[in-house]
Amino acid sequence: MQTIYDVLVIGAGITGGCVLHELSKYQLNIAVIDKENDAAEGTTKANSAIVHAGYDPLPGTKMAFHNVRGNRMVKELCKHYQVHYSECGSLVIATDDDEIKTVQKLYERGIQNRVPGLKILTGAETLELEPNLNPNIRCSLFAPTGGIVNPWELCIALVETAVENGADHYFSHEVTAITPEENGYAVTVKNGIVLHTKYLVNAAGIYADRIHAMAASADFTIAPAKGEYYLLDKNQGGLVGRVIFQCPTKAGKGVLVSPTVHGNLIVGPDRTDSCGREDLATDGKNLEGIRKISEKTCQKIDFRQSIRNFAGLRAISGQEDFIIREIPGLHGFIELAGIQSPGLTSAPSIALEALELLQKAGLGLIEKKEFKNTRKVVRMKELTPDEQEQKIKENPLYGRVICRCETITEGEIVDALKSPIIPPSIDAVKRRTNAGMGRCQGGFCSPRVLEIIAREKGIDPSEVIQDKEDSRILLPHGGEESK
Amino acid sequence: MNYDIVVIGGGPAGLAAAVSAWDSGARSVLILERDKELGGILNQCIHNGFGLHYFKEELTGPEYAGRFIELLQQTGVDVKLDTMVLHITDKKEIHAVNTVDGYMIIHAKAIILAMGCRERTRGAIGIPGDRPAGIFTAGTAQRYVNMEGYLCGKRVVVLGSGDIGLIMARRMTLEGAEVLACVELMPYSNGLNRNIVQCLNDYGIPLYLSHTITKIEGKRRVERVIVSKVDENRRPIPGTEMEFNCDTVLLSVGLIPENELTREAGITIDPRTNGAVVFENMETSLSGVFACGNVVHVHDLVDFVSAESAKAGASAAAYLSRNTDGPAVEVKNGNGIGYTVPQKLRLENIEKFTELYFRARQVYGESALVLSCGGKEVLRLHRERMAPGEMEKIILPKAKLAGLTGELTLSVEEETL
Repeated sequence: MQTIYDVLVIGAGITGGCVLHELSKYQLNIAVIDKENDAAEGTTKANSAIVHAGYDPLPGTKMAFHNVRGNRMVKELCKHYQVHYSECGSLVIATDDDEIKTVQKLYERGIQNRVPGLKILTGAETLELEPNLNPNIRCSLFAPTGGIVNPWELCIALVETAVENGADHYFSHEVTAITPEENGYAVTVKNGIVLHTKYLVNAAGIYADRIHAMAASADFTIAPAKGEYYLLDKNQGGLVGRVIFQCPTKAGKGVLVSPTVHGNLIVGPDRTDSCGREDLATDGKNLEGIRKISEKTCQKIDFRQSIRNFAGLRAISGQEDFIIREIPGLHGFIELAGIQSPGLTSAPSIALEALELLQKAGLGLIEKKEFKNTRKVVRMKELTPDEQEQKIKENPLYGRVICRCETITEGEIVDALKSPIIPPSIDAVKRRTNAGMGRCQGGFCSPRVLEIIAREKGIDPSEVIQDKEDSRILLPHGGEESK
Repeated sequence: MNYDIVVIGGGPAGLAAAVSAWDSGARSVLILERDKELGGILNQCIHNGFGLHYFKEELTGPEYAGRFIELLQQTGVDVKLDTMVLHITDKKEIHAVNTVDGYMIIHAKAIILAMGCRERTRGAIGIPGDRPAGIFTAGTAQRYVNMEGYLCGKRVVVLGSGDIGLIMARRMTLEGAEVLACVELMPYSNGLNRNIVQCLNDYGIPLYLSHTITKIEGKRRVERVIVSKVDENRRPIPGTEMEFNCDTVLLSVGLIPENELTREAGITIDPRTNGAVVFENMETSLSGVFACGNVVHVHDLVDFVSAESAKAGASAAAYLSRNTDGPAVEVKNGNGIGYTVPQKLRLENIEKFTELYFRARQVYGESALVLSCGGKEVLRLHRERMAPGEMEKIILPKAKLAGLTGELTLSVEEETL
């Protein structure tokens, strides 16, 4: 018999992941669908990884509300699911009179938004906290609830937990048509299959307008704006202890300098408007621009210690605020669109509003008697020597280090390959374990990770992919018999 | 666990150091190797050309490693394979893990650091563009092709003309791939001249000097790269773009000594070599901790790694019975000198002579190498040609060094005819 889902979530990024996770607490038949082969494959894996305090959004907006509430929720979720997070605090620095005014304005906005603990620091106080910053800083806005997180880890943890609690996931399933039908919607996928659902959630990120337009007349467009980044070696990670913003401009929150939860330093983003929806290419001139702009924050960054550049896309909808609504005229079709910064921070809170909207549309929410939280991640390098010794006794594979830069063991990689959502690629293993995330960027460990994936999945090594579908690493010898 | 000498790394440096320590009388020696077998990177270097200096014959990488493994088997040196060192403390405690012994803390009287080096990556040099599959460091590709038996590309562009890149250009060609170009940022190659001839010229692979990859394109797998000429400041010149349709980019853009353990132990690092500052006996700033091979400075030839490591092994054995501390003179890099190893000489420890390894900062024709002390010339040697890609060595006789104090400076003087 054809399954009819209660709710189908389109998009397995942080927004869809949070919604799915909330829904999985109730007695519902739910699923998530994504065109990519894993969760967190879009903007969720390529952003600044910041948990914003909430002084940026205009008071009274959905953005302001969800940012401030989401800030606390991200903290709780990370604690609950062992996701890397640090409430390190953030600073917005000012170097001239205009910027001092901006800092004052942000402070007032933050107070209106009920951001806790905000304080304006003098230049001297700022430099006492962060001695490596530009000595010309005249004042700064300190927000103790600003933080950093591993965004893809949070997203994967939430989707995994939902799957563990019965949610279905359809990855590498690109939605091509949405047709209203009696009591719900028929969702057609590129490969020809059709899914039926009573309620639908559009959390398609960069593609949210396309999904919208499949069932309704277009009333917004996503115009992606690209941001590029530097990720630097851990030997630069100690330059700052907090997220350091420059004063925001029309282009956004500007180039930030921040530690990451893994101990690296991240510098970026810039902004390139009107780029393609799949355009994640970095550009030499843009990267040079980022280096230059970052000097205003800190002149001590050694960019020769860069280990990776990457780019992400902001889902700019042309509207000032997040779009969170039931699509007019489409009963039970909830839309979460234009979730640009502070989208990562806001996502858990947006999910709560999405559930309210679903409920208002008639979805009954009865809590499950038992909500499973079996997520247990072994991270060898975070254990004491005695604990490590114990783990290796239980499973000797925890004693074999595969990724030497990040000290990740074979046991941790095998654990990931046995998790509720089986990672489809070397990069998916990297996002779950951190293997290959370090300074050699998988140079030493990727052949070994590839071998482990092939072994655990029982496939030929040439079938193992790097990231997206068909991103083959090894090519068959032409004509010859394989060795 | 207690050992007199613990050698970290079982590649060419660690093997030579351990054998030499044993031959010099040490009887409690342990090698810790992270891979499943000894030999290090030599195991994937299946081409020949190794051993001409050390064994006076031409061997492949695995054969060269095999020679040392045989020598090691005649000693009582202990070996732990598949073992990763996590930390070294300044008390010479080594924290390590493996599947059999679990978490180990090993106390050593002397430590020899022989961890080798790693390859610079795309991220380190910031090549713009997409991030598809098909971008490998040359060494990773070498492992796939030579150790695992898989081809990792069919139409290849090599960026950088370091030795591994040159060797891999030939190797991929022999495996049936088409190598479209070798692209080098600098106006000269960083590889050995013999490799340019035997790996590129012999196979008709064009070498583009003063060029670089300015963009990589491809969504899933590499589809093409854009190569541009660069000016004297190594900046791309607009209008010089060439497009290569390829599925693979191999990077041979430099090697970095792997000194994370060294730094953690608080040992002084030379920013020019990215390796530990060492004395004449390969001892680091931490007494009783020695270093040798590519972890100290990147070598071109394994033969020199073996020689340097034998010295470190013997020095560690000697350290067990006598103090080697003493006043040191520092070797400074003068005109045209990129770095020297050792960086410090304790003259009273030198018996008859000591070697000084160095690299020139640029290509030189007929020139003189001058070692001076306080403005006074100590030594003058003639060179016909020097290049950054070829490590140079000079012998310093003890007699010439006697009585010197303060700083020595090594510099190049160009001889114009």
